[in-house]
Amino acid sequence: MKPAFSVIFLTTLLGAGQGLFLALFTHQSYALFGLLPMQSDAFYGYGSAIALLLLGGGLIASFFHLGRPERAWRAASQWRTSWLSREVIALPIFMGAIFAYGVSHLAGLRPEVVTLPSGLLIDLSVVIGYIGTFLAFVLFVCTGMVYACLRFLREWYSPLTVINYILMGGSSGFILAAFYAALAAPSQTYFFVGWAIIITLLAFVGRIASLIRNARLKPKSTMQTAIGVKHPHIVQRSMGAMGGSFNTREFFHGKSPAFLRTIKPAFLLLAFVMPLLLLALGIFTPSLLGLAFALQYIGLLAERWFFFAQANHPQNLYYQTIG
Amino acid sequence: MTQLALVIDLNVCVGCHACVTSCKEWNTSGSAGPLCDENPYGADPTGTFFNRVQTFEIGEYPNSETLHFPKSCLHCEDPPCVPVCPTGASYKRKEDGIVLVDYDKCIGCKYCTWACPYGAREFDEKEKVMKKCTLCVDRIYDESLAEIDRKPSCVKACPTSARLFGDIHDPESEISQAIREDGGYPLMPEWGTHPANHYLPRRKTKLKIHMDELERADNPLKVDGQLPKPAKGAPSMDDASAW
Repeated sequence: MKPAFSVIFLTTLLGAGQGLFLALFTHQSYALFGLLPMQSDAFYGYGSAIALLLLGGGLIASFFHLGRPERAWRAASQWRTSWLSREVIALPIFMGAIFAYGVSHLAGLRPEVVTLPSGLLIDLSVVIGYIGTFLAFVLFVCTGMVYACLRFLREWYSPLTVINYILMGGSSGFILAAFYAALAAPSQTYFFVGWAIIITLLAFVGRIASLIRNARLKPKSTMQTAIGVKHPHIVQRSMGAMGGSFNTREFFHGKSPAFLRTIKPAFLLLAFVMPLLLLALGIFTPSLLGLAFALQYIGLLAERWFFFAQANHPQNLYYQTIG
Repeated sequence: MTQLALVIDLNVCVGCHACVTSCKEWNTSGSAGPLCDENPYGADPTGTFFNRVQTFEIGEYPNSETLHFPKSCLHCEDPPCVPVCPTGASYKRKEDGIVLVDYDKCIGCKYCTWACPYGAREFDEKEKVMKKCTLCVDRIYDESLAEIDRKPSCVKACPTSARLFGDIHDPESEISQAIREDGGYPLMPEWGTHPANHYLPRRKTKLKIHMDELERADNPLKVDGQLPKPAKGAPSMDDASAW
């Protein structure tokens, strides 16, 4: 497939935004049960504002993918069958939840909702936080399933696709949260760094697992099934167009195999290995955490590029030779 | 229920591209708007087509064979491109099984092309919407046309009658019989899309005459050979058998 930069930015920015929100609310949940000191409303509030900015950036990027962005509202109609439509619905609802979460903290709108028998006070921000957490996972599943539901693209047609979207988004968001905490609440940095290391390691394992899986895939469609001729030796002589067509532009990444071979170790290094090293060092020198996030974001852009480029669409069988 | 479809006889397709140009001519002229081209007279002409004829070489020279392979939307009975559409612009008509795109609803997200294993849909780079074969839906029901013309444009254009059109759910239709009797097959059956369009394979066309066919059927006494040879110029019973 041809990697579209709009979709690369969309998925990476959404992942970072969702992960950051999950990180903030994880901290608030720990603090609720007294496991960590509760931070100021400003910490959670401005943190969710950053998450909202990332998600907004992703939303804007998504419009560049559309031929007719002015009709984008129609995309919410087919949620019964289309994961893309579900994603289109889940994103603004999730953004609304984060907005409400941020407002409840920044405006001090934290009325008590219920007091648990144990005496634990559940206020509005906690309720919104739990709803937001649920919606973050809904959005992750929708985003992953947009790709994982396409059975022809066998590199994507796997639960690993959804799992990796969750893990890589989580990793990105928790690293950003660690950097944010290093600036806004230095005493809490170790908590975010710890989780960031765990999630980044898991994401690394998940991505390696999908690379191994994809390396073993055998194509289900062949030249023989594509045109229905049983002969083992079939060569295309003409694709019926001399200047290319939509089919030659949309489904081929257009880069050399050497480029593909280079970008794979590059993204593994940038998105997983380097951030892990920088996180480990960042416990002592917080300024490295910002570098970890930036490097990993570049790595994730490369990862997403590779994710698209690696997927080999069966229609490519029909478009091999201009002649 | 009706499922309109094309059956393409690869045994007689000569790869002339008449179906491609006729399709383009009809469908770029209709009320649905043009099928846009870019650089039509330049070095890299490209544009939107519903139908393409591709060419494959089967086997290795000198034991090779050329196969011309027309390819358009197969109007799958279980079209994977339809449920993924976020706007409902892609739909399959209940009444005749044609898969269509509503160009006024399409947002041009191209997701449906990812879900089509055949590469049957093409994005129109100027109109910014997805386009695909309509089986000439604006033609086959047009009662202002003579009945013989109410067929897809490509079918009308084919000089070798390699393209047949009809209802594959009607077992007595011309195309159902062709599929049944001449080994019609769908493309990429492994994906379970159940394409409505079928292809008839290349096959040897031989005329076989058996000895018993040379005998007259109305010769119960088996005595033809014993008739006296008529004289040259003498009238014979049927003119044809005289020598």
